[in-house]
Amino acid sequence: MSNSPVLPTLPARREFLKGAGAAVTALTIGFEWAGSTRRAVALAGAANTAPPFAPNAFVRIGADNSVTIISKHIEMGQGSYTGLATVLAEELDADWAQVRVESAPADATRYANLAFGKIQGTGGSSAIANSWPQLRDAGAKARAMLLSAAASEWHVPVAELTVEKSVIYHAPSKRQASFGSLVKKAAALPVPDTVQLKDAKDFKLIGHQAARVDVAAKCDGSALFTIDVEMPGMLVALLKRPPLFGATVKSFDGAATAKVEGVVKVVQVPHGVAVIAKSFWAAKLGRDALTVEWDDSKAEKRSSAAMMEEYRRLADQPALPARKQGDAKKAIGEATRKISASFEFPYLAHAPMEPLDAVVKLDAKSCEIWAGDQFQTIDQMNAAQTAGLTPAQVSIHTLYAGGSFGRRANTVSDYIVEAVSIAKAYGADGTPIKLQWTREDDIRGGLYRPMYFHKFEAGLNAQNELTGWHHVIVGQSIMAGTIFAAGMKDGIDPTSVEGAANIAYGIPNIAVDLSTTKAGVPVLWWRVVGSSHTTFAVEAFIDEVAHAAGADPFAFRRKLLEHEPRMKAVLELAAEKAGWNSGPLPKGKGRGIAVCEAFKSLVAQVAEVSVDEGGRIKVDRVVCAVDCGTAVNPDIIKSQMEGGIGFGLGAALYGAVTLKDGRIEQGNFNDYRVLRMNEAPKVEVYIVPSTENPTGVGEPGVAPIGPAVANAVFAATGKRVYVFPFSKSDVRS
Amino acid sequence: MATTFLLNGTSTTLDVDPKMPLLWAIREVARLHGTKFGCGMAMCGACTVHVDGQAVRSCVMPLSSVANRQVTTIEGLKSKQAKAVQAAWIDLQVPQCGYCQSGQIMSATALLEKNAAPSDADIDGAMSGNICRCATYPRIRAAIHAAATAAKA
Repeated sequence: MSNSPVLPTLPARREFLKGAGAAVTALTIGFEWAGSTRRAVALAGAANTAPPFAPNAFVRIGADNSVTIISKHIEMGQGSYTGLATVLAEELDADWAQVRVESAPADATRYANLAFGKIQGTGGSSAIANSWPQLRDAGAKARAMLLSAAASEWHVPVAELTVEKSVIYHAPSKRQASFGSLVKKAAALPVPDTVQLKDAKDFKLIGHQAARVDVAAKCDGSALFTIDVEMPGMLVALLKRPPLFGATVKSFDGAATAKVEGVVKVVQVPHGVAVIAKSFWAAKLGRDALTVEWDDSKAEKRSSAAMMEEYRRLADQPALPARKQGDAKKAIGEATRKISASFEFPYLAHAPMEPLDAVVKLDAKSCEIWAGDQFQTIDQMNAAQTAGLTPAQVSIHTLYAGGSFGRRANTVSDYIVEAVSIAKAYGADGTPIKLQWTREDDIRGGLYRPMYFHKFEAGLNAQNELTGWHHVIVGQSIMAGTIFAAGMKDGIDPTSVEGAANIAYGIPNIAVDLSTTKAGVPVLWWRVVGSSHTTFAVEAFIDEVAHAAGADPFAFRRKLLEHEPRMKAVLELAAEKAGWNSGPLPKGKGRGIAVCEAFKSLVAQVAEVSVDEGGRIKVDRVVCAVDCGTAVNPDIIKSQMEGGIGFGLGAALYGAVTLKDGRIEQGNFNDYRVLRMNEAPKVEVYIVPSTENPTGVGEPGVAPIGPAVANAVFAATGKRVYVFPFSKSDVRS
Repeated sequence: MATTFLLNGTSTTLDVDPKMPLLWAIREVARLHGTKFGCGMAMCGACTVHVDGQAVRSCVMPLSSVANRQVTTIEGLKSKQAKAVQAAWIDLQVPQCGYCQSGQIMSATALLEKNAAPSDADIDGAMSGNICRCATYPRIRAAIHAAATAAKA
């Protein structure tokens, strides 16, 4: 890390600097794992002294007793800093009050996401799951070395020592020593090859309610986001992008822009024309004054309605099999009763509260980036390529992100590459430049959750048993053409069919087919990815099948989950806590249920809704049950379920990005509506007790809310919802 | 042209374009970064500050409109209600990404300064202009009730 001056104007900023390693005082003697030499290496405080081979560089303990845990994952609201620190601090027996978290530098060698291979990045609700063994091991080894240091100092056996809250005790001699007092000695010891991890029954932090490490700074305005980065001489850039995806700059006239006070330079970059100014406001006025002529000969000019028409036709054409079990066609052909339905899902923008932004300081030999960076080593590679540097010459400071929901994790590194391109076009002279997107840039900027069409046929036999299930999915691939394309098998993008191809219901004959479309609209994973549409389709359709079978929707699902004990258990827990069998709700109200597995976590939700005479849907209450293995921090799990429900509900009720002749029709929160306070339901969350390895919670809570609400609307009105968002359907009873 | 106003209790003169939105004057000229940019058209509330005690969206207010008025940002909160709100926010662990929370806290504080015991409907009325994409709404609601109780004590 460098000493670049992020101006410390507030106490928390000073903390940030300290945390970022730039101002660690000489008093802090840290130690860090140097795995390949099996030795701990003493660090004399300063940054940039990390040994070159340190695959487990996750903790630093200061002589001041501070325990700094290094997070390889971004904190974008999901609670990763707290969760990751909890896992390590648990095995270390650290005093939670002394724990702080700093973000790791971009480094695939030490900080790869073990779920991604050799890439450092956050996604797929994998932060805790992939770090669980790694951080427990790191914490336990640190603890073992501190114990050895104390044992050798006091000439007593390690077995006679105990640890509590960063203090080591020797009861027989009534001696005690803080971690900080043992740092120097511990650093000189060899790292043990193996250590005993704690038994779950001995956990003191895991499973308890540790306060989040980031909350206090987020309640007084001092938390540092990219938009808050300020440096001497820093300029602000806004980029005018083409109105159609795929269009390029033909020519531009910057004369009026140049006259705007504060505008410094207008530069053309591959993605458009950038206005670089002394302030956001000058850059904004300058961009407004800019005239650009676009070459749209290669641009996407279709309307989304026309594309959906095409998708509908494609659903009847041959497609690639994503799952084939038994003979679905035959079973449905022989069925006593056939049920069919189709569902339409629009493009969705992520719309994180902090519009995309990045600060870049580029010169001939280095590129330094500050961003709420979610794909550090992919961004490092793309930035290097753009700048004409090597990845090693690109350093990334990962800051808090004001939300992401997948948007900042993209393989083209769009906003990072734009910022580097602008810095390069400016002259690559080391001037720090902050690229700031506006909300309109964000809503119209692409990388949307793809549009999809789903078509179903199912068959019930004479005993009203579900014997055949045929599901066709039509839409763009997220992975095709990216570095993640290797994850595709036989032409199937797993992110298009997850939640559908792997349905847990015990149906003897299943066919799930995928028809992958091409469009000039860039697409990306959006919180809970494939399950953002597949879970809706599956859970709304199974509800319809249950109704056709004359069965209770909960009982029908439960019976089909007899061989899936964990999923059945979350379904039962949600139903029980919601009072599913407590009798009908008053007229105009209804209950709906849905269940899913996403990223190995299981979530069931029961929604209670009211539908007024005008067809306005109000979700009154949501009961959510989740099984995510070991609950590292139950309060964060609850918060992620609450948040996932609100995020998914907003999209289900209102979310849609539509194109008219290639132009995005929405631009801000007035026409890209999201959930607001007056629309937020009461949420109750119940966690299934478990000692399984932990799985993710950032995304799974999003998936079941749409279908739970749609099924509740049916219970209230007798009307099914087939088109997203619900505001486009007439649900008056 | 310079604009003079009271910023967090201190007389402040900012010599910039008086048409510059208050948000950017606060952030880039007065260099107080707690107030956030979210939409630029008063649709999300991330930029909420108090002008003469009223919660307003600073992204659409020209700097000139606050001449000689009192502007309070998250950095300048001092009232009993504000402290109760911030304490409740921490106690109930409201923030997730945290980006909208300055604005949420400013709106909640303005509500409690006028209404010591807001109902759920009052909270809907005062808070529905503040978007939280992490959907921390249930906790915001609970924290406002908790802060109301604490501020009365």
